[in-house]
Amino acid sequence: MVAVAKLTPQKIAATEARLEGATLPEGAGWARAAREAALERLRATGLPARRDEYWRYTKPEPLYELPAPRAAVFDAGGEAPVFGEIDRVKLVFVDGVFDPDASDEPSLAGVEIARLSEVTQADIHWAKDLFGVLEARGQSPVPRPLAALNTALAPDGVVIRVTGKAEKPVSLIYLHRDESSDAMLHHLVRLEPGAELTLLENGPAAARFNKVLEVDVADGARFHHVRAQGRDHERLAATHIFARLGQESTFKSFTLTANGRLTRNETVVEFTGDDAVAHVAGAAVGDGDFHHDDTIFITHGAERCESRQVFKKVLRGGAMGVFQGKILVKPGAQKTDGYQISQALLLDEGSAFRAKPELEIYADDVACSHGSTTGAIDETLLFYLRARGIPLEEARGLLILAFLAEAIEEIEDEALAADITARLEAWIRRHRRAG
Amino acid sequence: MLEIRNLHVKLEEEDKEILKGVDLTVEAGRVHAIMGPNGSGKSTLSYVLAGREGYEVTEGEVLFLGQNLLEMEPEERAAAGLFLAFQYPVEIPGVGNMTFLRTALNAQRKARGEPEISAADFLKLVREKARALKIDADMLKRPVNVGFSGGEKKRNEILQMAVLEPKLCILDETDSGLDVDAMRLVAEGVNALRSPDRGFLVITHYQRLLDHIVPDVVHIMADGRIVKTGGPELALEVEKNGYADILKEVA
Ligand SMILES: Nc1ncnc2c1ncn2[C@@H]1O[C@H](COP(=O)(O)OP(=O)(O)OP(=O)(O)O)[C@@H](O)[C@H]1O
Ligand SMILES: [Mg+2]
Repeated sequence: MVAVAKLTPQKIAATEARLEGATLPEGAGWARAAREAALERLRATGLPARRDEYWRYTKPEPLYELPAPRAAVFDAGGEAPVFGEIDRVKLVFVDGVFDPDASDEPSLAGVEIARLSEVTQADIHWAKDLFGVLEARGQSPVPRPLAALNTALAPDGVVIRVTGKAEKPVSLIYLHRDESSDAMLHHLVRLEPGAELTLLENGPAAARFNKVLEVDVADGARFHHVRAQGRDHERLAATHIFARLGQESTFKSFTLTANGRLTRNETVVEFTGDDAVAHVAGAAVGDGDFHHDDTIFITHGAERCESRQVFKKVLRGGAMGVFQGKILVKPGAQKTDGYQISQALLLDEGSAFRAKPELEIYADDVACSHGSTTGAIDETLLFYLRARGIPLEEARGLLILAFLAEAIEEIEDEALAADITARLEAWIRRHRRAG
Repeated sequence: MLEIRNLHVKLEEEDKEILKGVDLTVEAGRVHAIMGPNGSGKSTLSYVLAGREGYEVTEGEVLFLGQNLLEMEPEERAAAGLFLAFQYPVEIPGVGNMTFLRTALNAQRKARGEPEISAADFLKLVREKARALKIDADMLKRPVNVGFSGGEKKRNEILQMAVLEPKLCILDETDSGLDVDAMRLVAEGVNALRSPDRGFLVITHYQRLLDHIVPDVVHIMADGRIVKTGGPELALEVEKNGYADILKEVA
């Protein structure tokens, strides 16, 4: 249960204003109860306000107020889209609406793929046990109202059940075409014991995007996730990943964010089985009117689990970066190995980084460490590179990429890592200092 | 090839003059050694030649192959053929040794209007030079100088020099921190580069290195000036008697 302080009248008003006229998606089937429960959770906590401790560094209102702020569609020119060379099963959404014609046939050995809007009409047990369930678990001890809003209202999403080792990734492609689109998607992924899947996501999705991904990783299963959030300069995004990890399972998630006016990426991981591994990493690069917030919450509720958080941000032109990362070690979660690093490279004085690392430990035999740094490019290293003939901007680019390396190294697949690196190199080239 | 005339340098941040009128000429095909007490300004001279920030030239000029060196960016100096083997090579986490070297070589080639080297040719070139310096493949794969021992860093400087094939090689105490065998390797590396169109400026405290890299000219630097110039015998004299006699003599 969520313990809530009494809501302020403003909060109630803001929440009701958002819900006014909103109706639960049609034909909700069995999901109706889950959606209504989510609405209740939402009303109990209210939508976030800047005064909430959890939103101290990021302004939440633009992420839910109506109407959604417009966002121009970014023209990538002739540049090939990310993951273009990767063999994958593509599922395309345009402004949050599934486009079957642009998508591949969703057939992949050992993997069942369906749409949330269809699944909720059928009696599918595992989906019932997942939809809104991990989200609800993730509401405590910190409420995540935008995720509850999503469970209540998101009309569609992808539902994936993995029973074997998927031979290629499932790739969700989010296209943004409408300047005023306000999209919500809710995805479910269930990996049965020993199953393996790589999930790719890319694209800006909409002018404003609210997405929830619930991932249930059963014993011995492995889940890899690589996403590249779209480059539209003005788009807004609030995303949540809720993951539950069984015994000896693996969860690895990497996010590249380039551009975007406002992004809040929350990842909530809970270890429920022993000897599991969770790595959550991100590289965010922003120039100008760019606000990027990574908020991570890892709960160690089992023994001998390893968690790693590696977050790097490169900020210039007045860009703002935020990191809130928590490791909670519950009583009895002995031999927990928790690591967290968040670093920002500020390319000018107008940019800023706020970090709030937190450890809360109720077991005595654990190894947890965290660190956070903010700095500029090291002039000594820069001179060394230049003294070998590497021109200034190219040398700066090498050092920026070097700064991001620790996060990129979290991507296990070499081809995916190379693709992400190429995106970052392109960003660095485009955002070189003039003169 | 290098002409330094009456070079005065102070720190940008504070009013401290470090080089107080250095005159020095290095001709192509010759090896010049600079010796001198700690703090006399040897590294400062090498940094100013390489173009490091933080120094202000208050007087004098430096010509390198006829160009006004002091007006060039560090990368332009490198592309023109100036190379400094650093007294303290830096570690660059996240930048692979091979990537670094290839980027540097291609940047220099590009600046000179030459075509880039192919990946295969580059690999062959580096492997060959690394073998001579006994730098193993594993070191090449690591980030630049990260986790290298002091001696390994110095050998890596010489590897870079061998690959980049500069016209003027400035070595700032490349011998310090090297064991006897490593010193021989480094000296062989340097000697392999000796040619009629390449000049050397070797900063060292010890005669040891000069046994292997025999200099044509030896300079003594003290308090920001070249106070004495002679042949190889000058280094032997320093080795035997220290600087006291020389400094007294020129005082
Ligand atoms: N950035 C700096 N800030 C303050 N003092 C400096 C700086 N750079 C050089 N100096 C001073 O200038 C003088 C010359 O230093 P330099 O490093 O050039 O000497 P050196 O001849 O190379 O000595 P060594 O033989 O010990 O390497 C020293 O007194 C040193 O402390
Ligand atoms: Mg020195």
